[in-house]
Amino acid sequence: MVYLTRKAEFSAAHYYHNPAFSAEENRRLFGKCNNSHGHGHNYTLEVTVKGSVDPRSGFVVDLQQLKGVLQREVLDAMDHHFLNKEVPEFFNRVPTTENIAITIWQRLAPKLTQAQLHRVRVYETPDLFVDFYGEP
Amino acid sequence: MKAYLTRRYRFSAAHRLHSDQMSAAENAVVYGKCNNPHGHGHNYMLEVTVSGSVDGASGMVCNLADLDGFVEQEILERFDHQNLNTLPEFQRAVPTTENLCIAAYQILERGFRHAHLEKVRFEETMMNSFEYAGGAEPRR
Repeated sequence: MVYLTRKAEFSAAHYYHNPAFSAEENRRLFGKCNNSHGHGHNYTLEVTVKGSVDPRSGFVVDLQQLKGVLQREVLDAMDHHFLNKEVPEFFNRVPTTENIAITIWQRLAPKLTQAQLHRVRVYETPDLFVDFYGEP
Repeated sequence: MKAYLTRRYRFSAAHRLHSDQMSAAENAVVYGKCNNPHGHGHNYMLEVTVSGSVDGASGMVCNLADLDGFVEQEILERFDHQNLNTLPEFQRAVPTTENLCIAAYQILERGFRHAHLEKVRFEETMMNSFEYAGGAEPRR
């Protein structure tokens, strides 16, 4: 089994808000992140896939194919967008780093046919990141 | 769904590597420059990983303010700009980064209740790093 990790970067706006909570509760729980005008981050995404090395190509996965899937499923949808307003998964799911990692996993997993998705890591800043392994 | 949240912190401290269980000559050989009796210091990078199911309402494994508050109060306050050899944790244990890893893990394990502690990782310099996950293998 060999593991391959591909990095990508995207910049997006978001804010944290749960309509089930009062305005006051939202402010208390989410603090500065509750500002409804939004704020933004430069996200770094690391996608790790695993598989056995194909004896003919020497690849775990065709990197061109992986890049294409990342571009279509993640970057086109999220880069320079407002997550709460433009990405359907976040219409009723708070776009925390945890939920961004889960959403990216759910978008990528069905599209990756050659290798198996192992981990999605999303850095919100260089000092904060979330890992998701598809665990229930 | 279960996710793993990792947060990085930084602090600076002095230490000297010296074991009472070795002779002066042995200490000098084993620890080299790090045995200098006057001590030396590092900018440490501490990485804390916690896990848990992502809360449906908040979208979080745990509130970052709780983790930051705990680490600030219980770890950074204790170690930042201190001489590690003078602290209770290192009266018996040599303040290597291995032992610093274990000390930080135990502080979190004893007191942090908002998520499950997965592991602690330290960088002493850009060239070396240390991980401790209690008895478990760190998740890759």
